[in-house]
Amino acid sequence: MTFSVLAGLKKFNIEHNFEVKNIYEYYAKWIREGKLKVNSDWNKDLKIKFTVQDPCQIVRKSYGDPIAEDLRFVVKSIVGEENFIDMTPNRSNNYCCGGGGGFLQAGLKEQRLEFGKLKDDQIRQTGADYCIAGCHNCHAQIHELSDYYEGHYGVIHLWTLICLSLGILGPNERAYLRDDLKDVLVFHPESEM
Amino acid sequence: MAQEVITLGGKKKSMLIDTVKELLPDGGNLNLCLTCGACSSGCPATGLEDMDPRKFLRMAALGLDDEILKSDWPWMCTMCQRCIYVCPMKIDIPQLVYNVRSMRPREERPKGILASCDMALRNESCSAMGTSPEDFVFVVEDVLEEYQEAQPEFKDMQAPIDKQGAEFFLNQNSREPVTEPDEMVPLWKILHLAGADWTYGSKGWGGENYCMFLADNEAWKHTTGIAAKQADELGCKVFLNTE
Repeated sequence: MTFSVLAGLKKFNIEHNFEVKNIYEYYAKWIREGKLKVNSDWNKDLKIKFTVQDPCQIVRKSYGDPIAEDLRFVVKSIVGEENFIDMTPNRSNNYCCGGGGGFLQAGLKEQRLEFGKLKDDQIRQTGADYCIAGCHNCHAQIHELSDYYEGHYGVIHLWTLICLSLGILGPNERAYLRDDLKDVLVFHPESEM
Repeated sequence: MAQEVITLGGKKKSMLIDTVKELLPDGGNLNLCLTCGACSSGCPATGLEDMDPRKFLRMAALGLDDEILKSDWPWMCTMCQRCIYVCPMKIDIPQLVYNVRSMRPREERPKGILASCDMALRNESCSAMGTSPEDFVFVVEDVLEEYQEAQPEFKDMQAPIDKQGAEFFLNQNSREPVTEPDEMVPLWKILHLAGADWTYGSKGWGGENYCMFLADNEAWKHTTGIAAKQADELGCKVFLNTE
């Protein structure tokens, strides 16, 4: 969406009075300003490892390395620097996962999974337990790659992990957490449905 | 490996690559290829359909328009722009791909992408799942109320829709309100704790754009226009994307 709005406004000369931004930048800003009091203590002993996908639309195609740095700052703040492992290559030079460009809806599943093999290899080489995917197309594709190629790493949204680290993630907001995180810092466990 | 020799058939009057060059700033640099292969070596779509970015561009340069238009490869390239990022000549292969997509008759483009774009054109939500503004408002209000009660620390949390003068105009991928509404809540909590002054728009809230992927310019312009107009009418300073 970031890219489609930015590119669409420009391509079609659509008049507007706002700036187009991505929320990663604000997550980082709010953490730096102390508005989001995240910390990584929950993972001190658990030592669960995370890597992060750089969504092409947001990083390479829109804001470049600065927003990739913001993304990493956020991730390291919530999982602990020692528990973050970058994939290679990364930032603007990262590979597309294969979920973009409409591929998920194009009816070309076999080719899409073959495309995604490179991403699956990258993730598995990090040895991470989870890949953070802050984009729905990436999330859906990498989730499928994890199942299909049997890497069995988890795939989660960034907002899930931010709230986990703030101690405010309820029992019904954990659809993408695996057993290792299901019971960590559960907010209002009695509200489980 | 033996293959029929491809004949180029002399100079054509008008080639696809020339049409695309006219549409792009600096002609997309489409004539500047050094054939180094940096694009193809780092492209996850290399090898699919026996194609790669360099080959695709060379075929265009050689005027093999029919072969290019017949290929499904432009729908396997995600236009991720890694090829242009590593290209020493900054050749806009993704825009070549985009324009080749747009040259296929609309009804012959991949059904799933077509359907998702058409869904977005159904109403002013611009949601690829066709969700109406009314349904979106209902789900948001319903989920919010449920969480305000279940988690009293968040009893003052808001999820405003069409709030005049809010700083942020936020969009939302349709997958959440439609199939996993609980996933909206962590985002609301973060915005609440950060003290962000935000709003959804009842119009243009859909956070995905399959009309762009369909290479349907008119529809892409239409959906972007609806969201932009709504954000401006609400006086929002920042159009905030979650993805």
